[in-house]
Amino acid sequence: MKIRLFAGLLTLALATGCGGATVDGDGATTAASPEGSADSASPAGTVKIAVNPWVGYEASANVVAYLLKNELGYTVEMPEIKEQLAWEGFETGDVDVIIENWGHPDLKKQYIEEKQVAVEAGSTGNKGVIGWYIPKWMADEHPDITDGKNLNKYADLFKTSESGGKGQLLFGDPSYVSNEAALIKNLKLDFKIVTGGSEAALIKSAQQAQAQKKPLLFYFWDPHWLFSQTELVRVKLPEYTEGCDADPKKVACDYPEMDLDKIVSKKFADTGGKAYELVKNFNWTNADQNQVSDDMTNGGMSGEDAAKKWIEANPDKWQAWIPK
Amino acid sequence: MSSTTVTSASGLRMPRWAAPAGITVLFVLVYLVFRGTGTLPHNSEAAPFTAVTELREWIDDHRNDNPIFLYFLNYIRLFVDLVYTFFLSTLVAMGWPGLIGVMGGLAWLAGGWRVALGAVAGFASFGVFGLWQSSVETLALVAAAVLLSLAIGVPIGVWAGLSERVRKAITPVLDVMQIMPTFAYLAPLALFFHIGAPAGAIATMIYSMPPAIRITALAIGQVSPTAVEASASLGATRTQTLFKVYLPLARSTMALAVNQTIMMALSMVVIANLISAPGLGSDIIRGLSRAQVGIMLPAGIAIVIMAVVLDRMMVAVARRDPHSRIGRGRLAAAGALALTGLAAAAFVPRQWPAELTVSVTRPINEAVLWAETSWYGVTTFIKDTVTIYLLNPLETVFTTAPWWLVAAGVLLAAWRVSGARPALTALACLLGIALLGTWEHSMRTLTTVAVAVVATLAIGVLLGIAAARSDRFSVVQRPLLDAAQTMPAFVYLLPALALFGTTRFTAIFASVIYAVPPVVRLVEDGIRNVPASVIEAATSTGSTPGQILRKVQLPLARRAILLAANQGIVLTLAMVVVGGLVGAGALGYDVVLGFSQRPDFGMGFVAGVATVLLGVMLDRITQGADGRSLPRKRNFT
Repeated sequence: MKIRLFAGLLTLALATGCGGATVDGDGATTAASPEGSADSASPAGTVKIAVNPWVGYEASANVVAYLLKNELGYTVEMPEIKEQLAWEGFETGDVDVIIENWGHPDLKKQYIEEKQVAVEAGSTGNKGVIGWYIPKWMADEHPDITDGKNLNKYADLFKTSESGGKGQLLFGDPSYVSNEAALIKNLKLDFKIVTGGSEAALIKSAQQAQAQKKPLLFYFWDPHWLFSQTELVRVKLPEYTEGCDADPKKVACDYPEMDLDKIVSKKFADTGGKAYELVKNFNWTNADQNQVSDDMTNGGMSGEDAAKKWIEANPDKWQAWIPK
Repeated sequence: MSSTTVTSASGLRMPRWAAPAGITVLFVLVYLVFRGTGTLPHNSEAAPFTAVTELREWIDDHRNDNPIFLYFLNYIRLFVDLVYTFFLSTLVAMGWPGLIGVMGGLAWLAGGWRVALGAVAGFASFGVFGLWQSSVETLALVAAAVLLSLAIGVPIGVWAGLSERVRKAITPVLDVMQIMPTFAYLAPLALFFHIGAPAGAIATMIYSMPPAIRITALAIGQVSPTAVEASASLGATRTQTLFKVYLPLARSTMALAVNQTIMMALSMVVIANLISAPGLGSDIIRGLSRAQVGIMLPAGIAIVIMAVVLDRMMVAVARRDPHSRIGRGRLAAAGALALTGLAAAAFVPRQWPAELTVSVTRPINEAVLWAETSWYGVTTFIKDTVTIYLLNPLETVFTTAPWWLVAAGVLLAAWRVSGARPALTALACLLGIALLGTWEHSMRTLTTVAVAVVATLAIGVLLGIAAARSDRFSVVQRPLLDAAQTMPAFVYLLPALALFGTTRFTAIFASVIYAVPPVVRLVEDGIRNVPASVIEAATSTGSTPGQILRKVQLPLARRAILLAANQGIVLTLAMVVVGGLVGAGALGYDVVLGFSQRPDFGMGFVAGVATVLLGVMLDRITQGADGRSLPRKRNFT
């Protein structure tokens, strides 16, 4: 009896009161940031920049975060969230900014056009291209190996204990943009994808492969500092033409060169003020990013220190980003 | 797929090994004939996968207009978020001196100055490691999850303790909750509760609630019936009896329930980071994705420290004599400590000062690099040998065997060890795996589990025997086992990753370290429990110690050893799946991929379900070992 009464009241309250809870309603489920709610150390507010798992991304994120903190007085949170989950974060309020987005037309359609919880915030100035690479010594010894058509001829070279009798194609973090499975299937390559699990695994394998003359075929991308230290050669796959990657299952062409861009949540674009302006204005070159990434990976610097170093050395560049 | 025990029912004088050996030979022959036929190769676009992916897209589109979400799930999410945010803002508002002081004060109240000293030093160490912020987030998440787990679990537990029927109804549910590898929860949760802290807290609750329910039920069930009768005869109502008799008498066991709940929650919050829950888990995941042990290790240690501090406090509460009151001196000391901390918090910045942190990342990374390069030859040799001579051939057998042959093998083995009903359950699970389209990957995971279980049992039984035979060895080993069992599963990935990179062997190595301690314990106890009179009798007939071990102790300890095998298998499976993060591939990797790539969500989700089925199947095959009818609680602490 009591229970039924309670249930009735509850239903009534729900129906008349608030009409149900949505996950994107006015930041209802947006967790209040600890600083923001507990004290007033940063009157400017909090910006949440998702951190995707590769160092180039972190370099950009750290430079923007440093400027937000030290020039504009914001508090910055940098949660580790992988690419696709970060887009979901726009909806839940866990993410304000993705600072380096690699394409993702499907997610753009879903979150920008359909759900309208995210908006584009312009190019980062970085040109990005993904591809398959081998250490240079292999290209020297087998000049025709750089043509994807000949990969099957050399598949035996790339066998490892993990590749089950086929050639190994080493992949990175499971969350990376990937056409690998479709490419292997559609180009009828006798290769198996072996996931190293991280950027670090790719770098370590590439360095060992060139230094110890071990065969290796691996997924990699530019901009990356590694190209200035280890000689790598890209394997040519069938050339990219507009729309050849439209159906992810039928891709049989190489990756396109992409304009890397910034995506922010709709809420941040509307209410982010100067922080949003700064993110929108942020624009630098591949060389800039590689320098910060290199300091972070090989210079033993923290992200913040590497960002600080670049910022101190390049005032003219970043001062143009600061909103007036 | 041979069976493990022999009961020669026929009157014929056949050697004990004849029947299983014959069946094994038969299986080998059938395999050789039908190899490669009836296999169920993996197809990443299998119908169940795409169906779930579409369901997810549908849910995503209707999250904000479907009544189930609007009036139910989203409210749960909001409520859990509210609880988490409340704890987080309270903890942050205390500032670091305040939190350290209050924890110290509570510890003093619970167990005196020693425990308080441990709490203060432990919490201070989070700041020293530079992990203050993450630690506070983890603590808030654990607090929210534990509070809610107890709020739901204790009433259910009390009910189950009072009513046999309720207990029988919920036991199988709790069994599945506990056999289910933690990884498997995450995808469905992300589907219904999205990502972030609330989803993480809910995932943690599912994992930490079963011990709260079970131990509470146990505590209530243990209350002496005389006390209850006395209370009833004095005319007390049922409510009065519950609050004045049952709960006070069950108090110290219930403190254990709280303790268990906290420990389970702590080991789960790390994994919850995969669905973007904040806290120390994010440092560990960051270390994994950068292959830097230097980032992971301090965070792993911080979780262990938090577990130890909270464990000590709760154990102290449980052990305290219920009739003694807290002395005034202790109360004053505790209050003074807490107030000093809170007062100090007003004068120092809320953030832990940077000057007081010690960065250990670089030295650890360098040490790991040294180990990697100087042991490279040995570790690669071990890894390659095991992979080439054991793992790969076994994987080939499992994946090329016809599915009906594997099914027959499972049925037969489970029937022999556990009886008809478990055997049918095991078979049903296996067929479910086939229908879900996860056959090939399940077989690969099974291979990894099999190799890991063999290694775990070999090492565990050897160490167990050694400990049973030498008191000195046992004394040295025990604290190591204790420590190993308090650590969250993730921590075991670190040394494995450092030594072996991302391969299947890495997952095997990690799961062996994870599963060995309970096996050692069970084997040691089993052997020690062999009656002394039996040993004396054997000695007096002139048996050598070796003969006693082989002919007397091991056979008599068979049940304990088989139970150890069952525990080892369930634990290994849980860990091998987590090993998907470090190169184990198969089901665990599918689950990880499901979080990472939207089009693969369905595959990840289904892989999670398949993992549960695999776990139930393995448990049913081996559960009859000690003659129990239901799987026992996993032995975690």
